[in-house]
Amino acid sequence: MGHGGGGTLSAELVEHLFAPAFGSDVLAELGDSAHLDLGGARLAFSTDSFVVRPLFFPGGSIGDLAVNGTVNDLAMAGAVPAYLSCGFILEEGIELSVVGRVAEALGEAARTAGVVVATGDTKVVDAGHGDGIFINTAGIGLIQDGVDIRPQRAAPGDVVLVSGPIGVHGVAIMSVREGLEFGVEIQSDTASLAGLVADMLAACRDLHVLRDPTRGGLATSLNEIAAASGVGIALDERSLPIPDTVANACAFLGLDPMYVANEGKLVAFVPPEHADAVLDAMRAHPLGKESVVIGQCVPDHPGMVVAATGLGGTRVVDMPLGEQLPRIC
Amino acid sequence: MKYLDEFSDPVLAKRLFDDIRAITTRPWALMEVCGGQTHSIIRHGIDQLLPEEIELIHGPGCPVCVTPLEIIDKALEIASRPDVIFCSFGDMLRVPGSGRDLFKVKSEGADVRVVYSPLDALKIAQENPDRQVVFFGIGFETTAPPNAMTVYQAKKLGISNFSLLVSHVRVPPAIDAIMRSPDCRVQGFLAAGHVCTVMGMAEYPELAEEHGVPIVVTGFEPLDILEGIRRAVRQLEAGEHTVENAYPRAVQAEGSPAAKAMLADVFEVTDRAWRGIGMIPASGWRLSPKYRAYDAEHRFSVTGIDTQESTVCRSGEVLQGFIKPNECAAFGKECTPRNPLGATMVSSEGACAAYYLYRRLETPDKEASSVG
Repeated sequence: MGHGGGGTLSAELVEHLFAPAFGSDVLAELGDSAHLDLGGARLAFSTDSFVVRPLFFPGGSIGDLAVNGTVNDLAMAGAVPAYLSCGFILEEGIELSVVGRVAEALGEAARTAGVVVATGDTKVVDAGHGDGIFINTAGIGLIQDGVDIRPQRAAPGDVVLVSGPIGVHGVAIMSVREGLEFGVEIQSDTASLAGLVADMLAACRDLHVLRDPTRGGLATSLNEIAAASGVGIALDERSLPIPDTVANACAFLGLDPMYVANEGKLVAFVPPEHADAVLDAMRAHPLGKESVVIGQCVPDHPGMVVAATGLGGTRVVDMPLGEQLPRIC
Repeated sequence: MKYLDEFSDPVLAKRLFDDIRAITTRPWALMEVCGGQTHSIIRHGIDQLLPEEIELIHGPGCPVCVTPLEIIDKALEIASRPDVIFCSFGDMLRVPGSGRDLFKVKSEGADVRVVYSPLDALKIAQENPDRQVVFFGIGFETTAPPNAMTVYQAKKLGISNFSLLVSHVRVPPAIDAIMRSPDCRVQGFLAAGHVCTVMGMAEYPELAEEHGVPIVVTGFEPLDILEGIRRAVRQLEAGEHTVENAYPRAVQAEGSPAAKAMLADVFEVTDRAWRGIGMIPASGWRLSPKYRAYDAEHRFSVTGIDTQESTVCRSGEVLQGFIKPNECAAFGKECTPRNPLGATMVSSEGACAAYYLYRRLETPDKEASSVG
């Protein structure tokens, strides 16, 4: 299971098993989206599979996630998402009304994100061989001229921004999946970030890196970017936007909010001279109104993420091995 | 956030650091007993900011780390049986037994489930009357009462397909064993606050008196730990060795009478082996005769376990405070969270895991100032 957690084991599976087997130069870049040149058009192409439990949760459903996840992967390449494919794998016995509700949610999310579901597929597996509904989506979008957003472009001096409170989606899912109650209902932050990215690009064409910190959370995304670019990332732990509800839930379970999944947040690496303009643009968008600076790229400790602690010490912020596990006491 | 933010306030922390600096005149070695305290110290960089005369030695208080290899192997054997649903808290799943762990057994098809409460395991037993449900009952005085309550409930409700694999341990005998070691350098203890929330403080005055050490009951947030250190240093500087409660918002002198009564009913004190340390007399609990039928070891007759501990791993010395994790030759090389040689590298409260996660840039010769 650890190989699906979005941490070190997931990365190794792709890097050492899939990428060599497929032998593709495009895949070797290992971004969230592939960058393609097709007849002069620059396209971003991405796919993602959704196996979330439960199918419906506070703030969203597997249908929303299946759209927003792929749309956001395209947006993180600076692309304007255009078309989606949609594959449903249904477990025998699932009620059609449930499938219908998921499909409605998926269609609504696509309309909100401004993408067209252009093609699809349906398969049914025997009862006991699935988990109700699995969805795969793939999407393509157009990358505008002058935009070059890749993890390899992070450079010393870049300012690191995050578009709002972190850890909300992961805690929302845990609260319903495990039957844990944290005093208040925590809503998933699932959302399409394409509009926010468009506003950011309008403020600065030269965004270096964008990443939506989904599985493995903020810490994993930052580690991936540090590794891809070879820069060090210095964070200020006090600046991390962690809502009280998330902090409480994580303290209760022994989890670190930096490793908890998000579905409607992005991290941006911006040249320092453009940081204020991009931050202003983010704060002017409804999905970025709580954006903050969380750190900067530094020449020290290349490839690693190091945080200044609230008390003034320092600590390494490591890549997680697999899923975080709640502790005993 | 109530009870969290106010105990990590940087202004108050600076005041405590200043106080500690002002009263410290010579070197002192303090042991924080609990792994939760160790992680808080390393994660917040408290040890980096203390005066250099104060050395914090990491103690044996990680329940996952000290669970003996033999019990882990028994867990793996029981979990492998097709009629068993094996339930555990999450952080036991990566702890290495002799060659494999519960994740590996799960991937081979065993029904291993992570639960958040032992009562969840009991519920699973009620829902699966044709299967045996086993809960892995490990930990200190903190986790023992709910586990005891679960066995009590199982008996009361007549649920016969539930059992507990017990490896509970007690803190005071471990403190005593550490102080009796001829190599011991510990001069004062930060006792684990949550243990005292259950058990109270009555077990500590005798230890403080016999070994001439201050024992300060301490919480887990940065200010709690700093206040514990301040009080321990103050005593040491004054030549005192009493028991103090620096965690009064959670700990009362008598502890929790209800939890202690439940423990006394369901468990009895026994000798226990501690992983990496060895047998410590009267340092554990087992099910009392009245509840022996709920003992998984008894029910599944797991015998003939041949354990194979790593010959390289020095986690035993880490657990007793003889060495720092990064002084072990295998640290970060043969031994990582990916391939842990000992439980201290894999547990969320393990000292080796704390150093690997938060202090990988340091070597024993290179201090934290180089971190950047």
